[in-house]
Amino acid sequence: MPLQNHEEIFQKKVDREVRIEPRDWMPDQYRKTLIRQISQHAHSEIVGMLPEGNWITRAPSLRRKATLIAKVQDEAGHGLYLYSAAETLGITRDEMIRQLHVGKAKYSSIFNYPTPSWADMGAIGWLVDGAAIMNQVPLCRASYGPYSRAMIRICKEESFHQRQGFEILLTLSTGSDAQRQMCQDAIDRWWWPSIMMFGPNDDSSPNTAQSMKWKIKRFTNDELRQRFVDICAEQVKILGMNLPDPELKWNQERGHFDFGPINWDEFWNVVNGNGPCNKERLEARVKAHEDGAWVREAAVAYANKRKTDPRQATAPSSSHFEAGQSLLK
Amino acid sequence: MNLLKKFYYGDLPEQKASANDPSLTGEGREGAAAWPLWEIFIRSKQGLDHKHVGSLHATDAQMAMENARDVYTRRQEGVSIWVVESRHVHASNPDDAESFYDPANDKVYRHPTFYDLPDELKHM
Repeated sequence: MPLQNHEEIFQKKVDREVRIEPRDWMPDQYRKTLIRQISQHAHSEIVGMLPEGNWITRAPSLRRKATLIAKVQDEAGHGLYLYSAAETLGITRDEMIRQLHVGKAKYSSIFNYPTPSWADMGAIGWLVDGAAIMNQVPLCRASYGPYSRAMIRICKEESFHQRQGFEILLTLSTGSDAQRQMCQDAIDRWWWPSIMMFGPNDDSSPNTAQSMKWKIKRFTNDELRQRFVDICAEQVKILGMNLPDPELKWNQERGHFDFGPINWDEFWNVVNGNGPCNKERLEARVKAHEDGAWVREAAVAYANKRKTDPRQATAPSSSHFEAGQSLLK
Repeated sequence: MNLLKKFYYGDLPEQKASANDPSLTGEGREGAAAWPLWEIFIRSKQGLDHKHVGSLHATDAQMAMENARDVYTRRQEGVSIWVVESRHVHASNPDDAESFYDPANDKVYRHPTFYDLPDELKHM
């Protein structure tokens, strides 16, 4: 079949909301876009464990500690769902990790900001996870089946992340002056980087139109950002705190909050590797990978040894099934 | 380096699904590359079928099982797990779907609604 027909059939399927599955024909550029987007998303989950992992040993109570561990563990899981989805497109896990480690693949710039106070765990949950959810919910309907399924699973789990974050801030907001100050300070530092998470303005986001035609994206960066600002502008009142934007104001005519200009120089600066923690984050990832090499090698050696040892040939877990099978004979 | 291999896990065309193909088993490569891919199936509760939930890398069935528990059942989503090495899965080809499923296309009489019966007829 000529390529033209393939493209036409593909686009018609997408238009009819038929999901594309791994072995279906797809344009090379669709495949590449997905690999870039999904792997970038996977890397973000994995690198995103670092700023929060920073606080596990210093969480203020056992309850907070258990929650934080569960959240960081979820993020590892989310990274795995997404790496698996990307692998269905034909790229290997090792290649994705290599691209991250040499700096070729990006991850969300938000994780290049430091977490100097406990309140940052609250602000990350409320704002960073909140922005991520805003981005991710429409991705549950992405045209590529494995990506959409991974996102559904992630969104189900992500809601607790945001709620636990808001609860941390809520507790601080009713505390001492110092605690309230800590809460406001964290919001001040995370607000602008969070609304940058939606990416460049629509007029400087050249790939958006194609991604929307392919139904990878359902809303533009600015649409999602506006929705997020509208929601947060109300939620912050419950905390009795302020968002650090003097131009934030309800616009009756538009039915939305107006907000001040975003510092895109800062955004691109961090994307291009010059944020406060870029170097530290990447070094931590590479070190973890290198320090873990012996574990991976030992696991392979152990598996190979078991394979060649006939006494170990049957995995213990299959015994019930086999017992059932022999009863049926 | 060819990053985009034109075959996909869990859906390998038969001629490629050979245990000797090093690009599939990862043998001969170092580290995590040598960990094969496994497809994970989970029974969410007694009485329901196992359902495919995703995949992961592991050196052997036992590790695949433990990783599947950690990755896919953190919130009690399962009471039973199957793990199958991806290279053992054979899949139908979507390009052949039209002819492959053709035999069922003209047999509406397999459905109960095909039969024209009076409304008075009860319990059927």
